[in-house]
Amino acid sequence: MEQIEQELRQFVVDNFLFGEGESQLSNEDSFLEKGLVDSMGILTLVNFVQEKYAIAIADEELVPENWDSVRRIATFVQGKLSVTK
Amino acid sequence: MQVEEFLERSARHFPEKTALVCGSQRFSYAEVDRLSNRFAHALIRCGVRRGDRVAVCLDNCSEAVFAIFAILKAGAVFVMVDHTTKSERLHYILNDCQANTLVLPSDKLESFQELLEHTSHLRTVFIANLKGSLPAGRSRCFISVSEVLETESFGDAAPAKQCIDADLAALIYTSGTTGHPKGVMLTHLNMFSASNSVISYLENNSEDVILNVLRLSYSYGLYQVLTGFHVGGTVILERSVNYPFLLFEKIKKEKVTAFPMVPTIAAMLLQYDLRQHDLSSLRYITTAGAALPQHHARKLRELLPHVKIFIMYGQTECKRISYLPPEQIDIRPNSVGVAIPNEELYVIAEDGRRVGPGVVGELVVRGSHVMKGYWGLPKESERALRPGPVPGEKVLYTGDLFKMDEEGYFYFVSRKDDIIKTRGEKVSPKEIEEVLHAVDGVAEAAVVAIPDEVLGQAIKAVVTLREGAQLTKQEIFRHCAKHLEDFKIPQQVEFRAALPKTPNGKIDRKELRSPVETQA
Repeated sequence: MEQIEQELRQFVVDNFLFGEGESQLSNEDSFLEKGLVDSMGILTLVNFVQEKYAIAIADEELVPENWDSVRRIATFVQGKLSVTK
Repeated sequence: MQVEEFLERSARHFPEKTALVCGSQRFSYAEVDRLSNRFAHALIRCGVRRGDRVAVCLDNCSEAVFAIFAILKAGAVFVMVDHTTKSERLHYILNDCQANTLVLPSDKLESFQELLEHTSHLRTVFIANLKGSLPAGRSRCFISVSEVLETESFGDAAPAKQCIDADLAALIYTSGTTGHPKGVMLTHLNMFSASNSVISYLENNSEDVILNVLRLSYSYGLYQVLTGFHVGGTVILERSVNYPFLLFEKIKKEKVTAFPMVPTIAAMLLQYDLRQHDLSSLRYITTAGAALPQHHARKLRELLPHVKIFIMYGQTECKRISYLPPEQIDIRPNSVGVAIPNEELYVIAEDGRRVGPGVVGELVVRGSHVMKGYWGLPKESERALRPGPVPGEKVLYTGDLFKMDEEGYFYFVSRKDDIIKTRGEKVSPKEIEEVLHAVDGVAEAAVVAIPDEVLGQAIKAVVTLREGAQLTKQEIFRHCAKHLEDFKIPQQVEFRAALPKTPNGKIDRKELRSPVETQA
């Protein structure tokens, strides 16, 4: 879980914060509230997660409960991985 | 008729009907009217007078709607500013229009603190979603919006009317070629005319439920609220399109009939399986802001055969210019359609004479929806507004090159200037170039548009570095993100040893569009 969180965090920092602001981003920060990730960004994140962790994501799983912070995505990915194992 | 009367009239006809839905909040027409009245009285008490400019820097939330109508009810002029706007641009706009009042969300207070100190005309700041206590202002008065809305004693009846429809209702800032935004001056009559025309061809009525994901700072988004309220429909405001699944659910639950979008949103939605969702309530989809790629139009029609697709074209300077009747979409897929009701459109040659079908020239718009000019910019206004056929009348020169076919359908050819259209928004290359020039180590920078399937046009920055300077693309992106709104951040940065020039020394923008990597 910690490793997944770290990998996702790195992806968000590199792609949406352009490598800066690492210290300002908390893993619980809401992407929507902070205006960090827009609709195209979410699709980028989804593609990254699908490829990196080899999991399929259904439309109904694309909701803020699963995708609106680094921690939420990590928890979601962890859940998906434990089911497929 | 004045714009605030769109709300007031519907509040009389349909007091209990749902006017506005924002997240879990629902407001009837009577409630929206009452809360806007309280807010209007608070503005007046704070010294807002007829014709004053009041800026609203909020995202798509109920407070933004109350603010718009409150400002109009107070006789003032509303100025919508995108909530992702950075300090420099907000500062420019506040000073340019000499706003004495600003409505701001609580979470922006910290980043705008210095700006607020240095904006001389600003007297009062209304804070939405106040978290914690109000800041102590020495020279500024801070007021909580929610406190105002909860205070009955401000008065639930509308303040006495002072304006006529020739008064200004709004300033809408749009990107200009100079790099500075220009405030488009719109009167009540301008907005009333544009609203009526749009309502008539879309056949809007009180049964309509409009899902608005477009920002209220954008004329296309703002008008969803205005026309929705004008006909007594229901407007659903959404903050983002990040989660299309939730939008599909909303369409089903609220029985949405109208879904306005820009082509970028259409492209994104088409990545989902639309057939899985119940979208049977939808009556129409509109697209504007950029050309809808033909295969997207075809796909939408195939997946949603019951939905009318309206392809439209417009400019902030007059709101809407043309629409393609849905039945023409297969017959004239490249056309932006015909003049909207109560408007005349024609193409003119360089010498100012009207040209016939098939000839390319500048598109001219004539009608009562045409703006009064750009705030404080008489020269630019004169360039855009020129004498029309009736003595004293002004018509709008769009700066867009068009041609017309034999049956009066119009076809966009190109812009006369270098303005970029991305995600349906106008972006000035100059504004981005100025931001790039401010990066330490950058010698020269030029910004061009490149075609993009989803964005319409993507923004490409080409940069040359000073001798010895070392910069990474990341550093350039980061700098842009600090100083520009989200949609203005380039998608591509390319380093070159030198910028290509034309024989007369100008930057050769055509050449810049193709990639040449010379530096890592």
